[in-house]
Amino acid sequence: MFKQIFRQLKNFINKESISGLVFILPALSGTFLFIILPVFASLAISFLKWDMLSPPEFVGFENYTGLFYNPLFYEVLFNTFYYAICVSILGVILPLILAVILDRKIKGSELFKTIYFLPFITPMIVVAIVWEWIFDPYRGVLNWFLMGAKIEWLYDPKIAMLALIAISVWKLIGYNMVLFLAGLSGIDKNLYEASKIDGASEIRNFFHITIPVLSPTIFFVMIITVISSFQVFDLIYLMTKGGPMNSTNVIVYWLYNNAFEFFKVGEASAIAYVLFFIILILTLLQWKLRKKWVLNE
Amino acid sequence: MNKKVLILFSYMILLAGAFSMLFPFFWMLMTSFMTSSQILSGVINFVPKPFVFQNYIDITQKIPLMQYFLNSLFVAVLTTFGQVFISAFAGYSFAKMNFKGKDILFFTFLVTMMIPPQVNIIPLFFLMKELNWIDTYYALIIPGIFGGFGIFLMRQWFKGLPSSLEDAAKIDGCNYFQTFFKIALPLGMPALATLSIFTFITSWNSFMWPLIVTNSDMMRTLPVGLAVFKGSFRETTEWGQLTACAIIAVIPVIIVFLAGQKYFIKGLMAGAIKE
Repeated sequence: MFKQIFRQLKNFINKESISGLVFILPALSGTFLFIILPVFASLAISFLKWDMLSPPEFVGFENYTGLFYNPLFYEVLFNTFYYAICVSILGVILPLILAVILDRKIKGSELFKTIYFLPFITPMIVVAIVWEWIFDPYRGVLNWFLMGAKIEWLYDPKIAMLALIAISVWKLIGYNMVLFLAGLSGIDKNLYEASKIDGASEIRNFFHITIPVLSPTIFFVMIITVISSFQVFDLIYLMTKGGPMNSTNVIVYWLYNNAFEFFKVGEASAIAYVLFFIILILTLLQWKLRKKWVLNE
Repeated sequence: MNKKVLILFSYMILLAGAFSMLFPFFWMLMTSFMTSSQILSGVINFVPKPFVFQNYIDITQKIPLMQYFLNSLFVAVLTTFGQVFISAFAGYSFAKMNFKGKDILFFTFLVTMMIPPQVNIIPLFFLMKELNWIDTYYALIIPGIFGGFGIFLMRQWFKGLPSSLEDAAKIDGCNYFQTFFKIALPLGMPALATLSIFTFITSWNSFMWPLIVTNSDMMRTLPVGLAVFKGSFRETTEWGQLTACAIIAVIPVIIVFLAGQKYFIKGLMAGAIKE
């Protein structure tokens, strides 16, 4: 009898409509439990006042209005935008220049690609250790390069954010460069040949052919860089802890602090939803642009 | 500007870039072999004098470095296996099989990819608490297995494969599971390699989640353990010891990256296009 049940079960599972679902069941259940459920839970928690100890209390939009009346919120938002905009501008221009040079298939270009990519795969803790050592005001090699300057890099509220931006760009160059190389390989080389016959210079070609044809890729890279910059946490936590004087306090670091240091879970969830909202807008923008980008290939 | 000058100029830019990329690694390596008196002297000398291994010995005695390393390795390997299998199954199903609700389910996976993980971190932490998974390998591994990217990558790959081999297998009486394991999985190797390398490096480097769900020293992954170690210095920071730790933390990713460089870059590009 068991054999019969087993066979029936086997036949049932063997149908395409059932097998197909069985194949995605593990992914689906995990995604539901660990991604979809938490998104809604996060929204629900953002309407609560909760310190993880006493029972939660429903407060409506209070956490959101509290944010809008908190001057630190604007400071954090400003820092985040400042960081994201600077990283995405530098993180587009520098890799673009490198990609255009490497696209010409000059000798050693594969080796250069590998070298530029190394910082991207390096764990942030390693990046933080070595750069904090380089930035050390008294014994650091950077101030030594600058003829014994006494710049306090990470300890100066005016400079700390710029130092972090420089590190982020350093880490990111290789990745964005590879994206640009992919875009450049899609450009019809005949365009350059034609303009060469016309006697145009290389620099002119760069501005009149490469940039316009590549513009969808440039926008695309810029937006994904902005999106990832808005999520910066590791770098801040490991190098400055948001300081000095909140000058490097950014949205995810603030979220973390509220949730896991101050135990203000409701506020932290409201911050999370502000972040979600910003990223949602950027993502929708990017989906629009993606169509352009794909057409260009 | 003539051609020779332009090439010379290009090389100058490339070399300046390569120098700034490599110098921190070089300086980290050199510092890790220096004595603390050389470091504290404040005189910059790029060669360790004397050349010592003391920092590497000291760190293994000061912190459970081996434990951190093995935790990271264990977590990264299991996350990779889990992610690859689950994504391959789901990706194959989306690419090659027909069932009710397929389109809406695939769209759901695509949408989950745009949710920033930080938005989920608070409820996820409570879920771990409810499951009693805080400070266990379950919390470090299981949530990291799921994500739309792997499924998307595998689906794209399987979609590009001709169905003739599978049809032949079906005629030979293979069921879907047999077809998947005997035909699809071997043909999916390049995409599986891409996803494996990508997942391994992401897991090895991940910081925020392990920071939140571990509290005992024995459960910490390498990045979290080293962050605590880095924060433990009060008066003088032992840069020799910290850079020695950094070298140990970076070696596995460099090996994996160099071994699978072409797959990794391919995967990142696919990841960017999906977003």
